[in-house]
Amino acid sequence: MTGAEMVFKALEDQGVRHIFGYPGGAVLPIYDELKNHKKIKHILVRHEQGAGHAAEGYARSSGKPGVILVTSGPGATNTVTALTDAYMDSVPLVCITGQVPTHLIGTDAFQECDTTGITRPCTKHNWLVKDIEKLSSILHKAFEVATSGRPGPVLVDIPKDIQFAKGKYVRPKESKKNSGRADVKFNGKNKDIEAAVELFKKSSKPILYTGGGVINSGPKATQLLRELVSLTGFPITSTLQGLGAFPGYDQQFLGMLGMHGTFEANNAMHDCDLMINIGARFDDRITGKIDEFSPKSKKIHIDIDPSSINKNIAVDLALVGDVKIILEKLILALKKKNPNFINSNKQRIAAWWNQIEKWRKKNSLSFVNSKEIIKPQFAVQRLYELTKAQDVFITTEVGQHQMWAAQHYKFDKPNRWMTSGGLGTMGYGLPAAVGVQVANPGKLVIDIAGEASVLMTMQEMSTAVQYKLPIKIFILNNEYMGMVRQWQEILHDKNYSESYTAALPDFVKLAEAYGCVGIRANKPEELDEKIKHMITVNKPVIFDCVVDKEENCYPMIPSGKPHNQMLLGSKDEEEEEVSEEGKILV
Amino acid sequence: MVKSAYSFATQIEKIEKHIIVVWVDNETGVLARVVGFFSGRGYNIDSLAVAEVDKKKNISRITIATSGTPRVLQQIKLQLGKLVPVHKVADFPSDKKTLMREMALLKVVSSAVKLEKARKVCKKYKYTILDKTKKSFVVEVSALKKEIDELIKKLQPLGLASASRTGVVAMTKGSEVFKQH
Repeated sequence: MTGAEMVFKALEDQGVRHIFGYPGGAVLPIYDELKNHKKIKHILVRHEQGAGHAAEGYARSSGKPGVILVTSGPGATNTVTALTDAYMDSVPLVCITGQVPTHLIGTDAFQECDTTGITRPCTKHNWLVKDIEKLSSILHKAFEVATSGRPGPVLVDIPKDIQFAKGKYVRPKESKKNSGRADVKFNGKNKDIEAAVELFKKSSKPILYTGGGVINSGPKATQLLRELVSLTGFPITSTLQGLGAFPGYDQQFLGMLGMHGTFEANNAMHDCDLMINIGARFDDRITGKIDEFSPKSKKIHIDIDPSSINKNIAVDLALVGDVKIILEKLILALKKKNPNFINSNKQRIAAWWNQIEKWRKKNSLSFVNSKEIIKPQFAVQRLYELTKAQDVFITTEVGQHQMWAAQHYKFDKPNRWMTSGGLGTMGYGLPAAVGVQVANPGKLVIDIAGEASVLMTMQEMSTAVQYKLPIKIFILNNEYMGMVRQWQEILHDKNYSESYTAALPDFVKLAEAYGCVGIRANKPEELDEKIKHMITVNKPVIFDCVVDKEENCYPMIPSGKPHNQMLLGSKDEEEEEVSEEGKILV
Repeated sequence: MVKSAYSFATQIEKIEKHIIVVWVDNETGVLARVVGFFSGRGYNIDSLAVAEVDKKKNISRITIATSGTPRVLQQIKLQLGKLVPVHKVADFPSDKKTLMREMALLKVVSSAVKLEKARKVCKKYKYTILDKTKKSFVVEVSALKKEIDELIKKLQPLGLASASRTGVVAMTKGSEVFKQH
């Protein structure tokens, strides 16, 4: 069997149905073999970065690893942003790159680059295959590494002569039964579980702080989380990546926390006496000022990655392992020790809930609506109201629109929310939507976008048209890089240096040029009707939603401040000057 | 000091020196992975020694002398443990339970009088003269890092022309071994 055949055989044995790629000289033998493998569908993107983000969207919405196939040199370097994005957000990707023939490696050959060298810091692991006899086992190992433990991207670099070479194919050791995720068992002691239950029982101000790890652990983890919340009566907040693990409209849900999180979530994090971190990593956008982060609480940290423990925040009790296994044990221990926990606990945390309700009354996500101009928050709210009856998948770009989407769109299922959190990659949402739609045919997929971000990967509209993927690009168009503008307003004396895009394309005409449908909304009163129109169109749509240019995203924890000192709106902003030190930090 | 939301705690933690030993598959790029991890996260390598120790199992032993806060040292161990070709990570305490040695080859080029003086200086340490001419000698010294530092300082005015050092290697005392798996 040739190396090129082995690649497809391995993909088939790993259960791969779709690959996202772009051909080129050094992968031609693999592309030549594509025609013999009808089970695998190739999606031709317009730029390799798009292949990477599409594979991310595919992986995050399906729970299966995303697969990328690109050529050497620029093909490989163009995937670097997507690989880094996947590394930061723990998304399983397998990237297969062509490489110049082995005898040309190191000669500065045409389209040669040190692919494994360049991608070493942005993959969990990578391989340069120099021996055909090792190719199949390396490919299987690549899938195992990408999907096990804390998921992430891997890369296999295959020189062209290896693609032609003949060797023996080795099957994967055991076919994976579940969706490709290998479990990491809980290796901790039972007494740690009991210690956690003891902390649960003693706490009068508890809070659950959950993250993307719950979603990565699979649908079972989400169910168990919901069971734990109802069993304990504890309030729950979520990181950006964790949205959807718990219903966004539930009374026990305090909304997202962090820099643009709700007043109640951040204050509860600050004042709690027990913080239960489930699958989150104390990211700097969550903690704010480290020295004053939740000073009075005991902290429990559940994470699959041992290096996440005590990395940013020292914790009192660490439970290292798969979220679903640990939650299962916790629930079991809780039920066994105290079958009537919720009732006995109700009184102990009643005062805490009263306090939370007081914070909630601030209604920190409120905004001043307008009849003249579309407020971006209002646009997201209308989009939510008009689509919530369906099973909707939302992707986003990066910036203000992303935060408004996180604040105002309420998710109730996991794997429905795909956003670039760790790396903050503008241009993520459109190609991600392509991947989501490939994985979920017939479902409504919307990219809530900003006009600046979406122009970075706009070319993938062409991909959407080619494969008849009816994705909806819902652009909150304020003509500014809104988040940059907001920071410049608050921190740089309104010096809007280079954050305005003076020559934007006409998005409706652009849509038509791509062969999809363009819709524009200028006035609040036409919004509903046009959104409804967008949903009913069975084609890709670019929706140009012209919004208030100067709206800021609140609430906001300004730089240099702890959780309990939030800005709630433009009034606060005028009253409080941001310190010189605070300006340094973005 | 910048008081910020996005910097680490303002209290300054004590910097400790540690010897980290890593057993890895002896494959292409493995050293780049380990070294790149240190530079990528801004951690220090004070010295590095690496060679294959088990031909059959194809395993190399990397000895890294590093310094950092306790939190950084903990991260180094846990993050190294996540690398795919890494079999085992051990933190050798730099106390009386650990043997530490570094080897140096030192070349002195000088007048006969100074060469004789230089030889006397070496006598304080475990040394072997490997090569000798009328104008020069090359000496091999195996000692603690600070002893070699000291010797080099003394030899400099006596015509030290070239110094080559291996970096520190370490082994636990007694019957105890860190098992590889």
